[in-house]
Amino acid sequence: MSAPTDAAVELCPGESPVTAPAPRKRRLSRRAREAGLGYLLVIPAFAVFGVFVFYPFVRNFYLGFFSTPPFPGQPKNYVGIDQYRDVLTSSDFLDSLKVTVTFAIITVPIGIALGILLAVLAHQKLKAIGIYRTFFSSTVATSVAVAAVIFGTLLSPQVGLLQGIQTEPSILQNPDPIININLPVIRSFIPSVALVAVAVTTIWQNLGLSFILMSAGLQAVPDDVQEAAEIDGAGSWSRFWHVTLPLLSPTIFFAVVVGSIFAFQTFGQIDLLTPRGGPLKTTNVLTYFIYDQLQFAKNDGKAAVLAIALFGVTLLLTLVQFRFLERRVSYER
Amino acid sequence: MSADTIALRGTELSGKAGTGVEAARPGKRGRRLRIVGRYVLLTVLAAIVLFPIYITIVNSLLLPSQIASKSPTFFPTSPQWHTYADAWSDGHLGRYLVNSAIVTIFVAAGQLAIATCAGYAFAFLQFPFRRTLFIVFLTTLMIPFEITIITNLSTVNTIGWYDTYQGLIVPLLATGALGFGAFLMRQAFLQVPKDLQDAAKLDGYGHVRFMTRVAVPLVRPTLAALAVFSFLAAWNQYLWPLLVTKDDRLRTVQIGLKQLRATNLDQVNVTFAGTVIAFIPLVILLLVFQKQLVRGLTAGAVKG
Repeated sequence: MSAPTDAAVELCPGESPVTAPAPRKRRLSRRAREAGLGYLLVIPAFAVFGVFVFYPFVRNFYLGFFSTPPFPGQPKNYVGIDQYRDVLTSSDFLDSLKVTVTFAIITVPIGIALGILLAVLAHQKLKAIGIYRTFFSSTVATSVAVAAVIFGTLLSPQVGLLQGIQTEPSILQNPDPIININLPVIRSFIPSVALVAVAVTTIWQNLGLSFILMSAGLQAVPDDVQEAAEIDGAGSWSRFWHVTLPLLSPTIFFAVVVGSIFAFQTFGQIDLLTPRGGPLKTTNVLTYFIYDQLQFAKNDGKAAVLAIALFGVTLLLTLVQFRFLERRVSYER
Repeated sequence: MSADTIALRGTELSGKAGTGVEAARPGKRGRRLRIVGRYVLLTVLAAIVLFPIYITIVNSLLLPSQIASKSPTFFPTSPQWHTYADAWSDGHLGRYLVNSAIVTIFVAAGQLAIATCAGYAFAFLQFPFRRTLFIVFLTTLMIPFEITIITNLSTVNTIGWYDTYQGLIVPLLATGALGFGAFLMRQAFLQVPKDLQDAAKLDGYGHVRFMTRVAVPLVRPTLAALAVFSFLAAWNQYLWPLLVTKDDRLRTVQIGLKQLRATNLDQVNVTFAGTVIAFIPLVILLLVFQKQLVRGLTAGAVKG
């Protein structure tokens, strides 16, 4: 940076004798300049956030008051709170919410558990273990689209690889629940075959990330704690359960919170793998539902209400996790 | 290490590594078998993780009839390399990769610059409402980009940015890496030793010079980690590029793959080849920046 700019925001008033007679005034202006620079530096960020985060967020509440007429060109109708009530009690929304929750319940714990498994196995002093670490983290390089196209193509009827387990209709077109359970509440949370396929794709794609996170967590666990437990005669299972897992709990907690937020934002896999949230809407997660309402139904009002619902559910979930899970996290090392 | 410690370890691992009886017996032989068992387990797991990638590469080199065959081929005997040329030229993957690179570089560079400035202000400068503004900053992390798309799409339409690079890039600046980045940079700047600030003051450094010559070079590792994180997040964007572009010339590689799959239903091998092409730049990049990647992804998750 150029020197003149620097002089304007001098950290220190300097020893210059010229400024000596009026130190008070100089001090104030220095403070004002510092504040000015401070605002200047945060303005770009606030401009971006203001236009593309806060304004759209607040406007959702406003948009939710207007229903979009079925024919284009007609003015929007003010319907007030009615639209909120109608959308949030509709079976479309409740089904979508169930699909989203089910999807998160499948993908988050399994993804984390597999990440821990791989991380523990790769956390050994063995020759060439670095190669395995690279292999286990390799799926970080796959984007949602790459993973979805790989699995979508492998699962398509044109590919013979899975002939044995290919069903009619093919896996991604199959709305049947994976198992038949006739319990009233649980029944509606049983995922369809198609949703399980999407979940498997997601778990695989995120496995590298989960592995990297858990490995870093393990590396932060001091070796002497492990060794002490070993000398005390703790078996490997009990060592894992009573030493490794508690020490890993902050990392796991973080992964649960962030993983759930991500799971609730799942979109690409659904768009690429399924027929518009189908079959029979069994993969219609909330983010896809919003997109569908915005892009195909052109119903901004309904999309806005769904967006608010997505925000509310995510916030609630995060708060609940902090309330009930964080207590079980042991931060002390 | 004493003999019974080894014996103990042998027993412990018997369940995990599956080297049962031999491992339980103390001595060199059991230990070697146990190590072999560990390698076997690691290799099996690595094979499972890598299988989808492997089979994608194999299928990209097969004829469609071979892929559809009920007896799957696991090794291409007469590789069809032309599928890559087809995916590259007919599938426009070259164009899509360039678009992705443009979007990603601008988004990552923009986020880095904006986050560094804000992070510096929050760490070093005194100004009214600093704390409040910082908290407002953090709340953006709770607002996922997905719920802002309705208005963002109409904003972009209103200012005539629909189907343009600006329309693709500028709104993506507001995605998670920015709020997270500003927070990360602030934490990194707070680690800059007080002595250095005092020394810089004595040398007559102003804030701008202190920031560019001292503070930013010192937090380079954090900056690099954030760069990789931001790059990866921007590269993987799917929803926004899908919404805001309709022209093929502006499609990113993620949307390009969707296109490729939809137009090559009878040539599955070309789709597989396109997937490999889309995957390779990131593999190379991540192998080069492995350390930064791990730092970027684990910042915030692991203390110390």
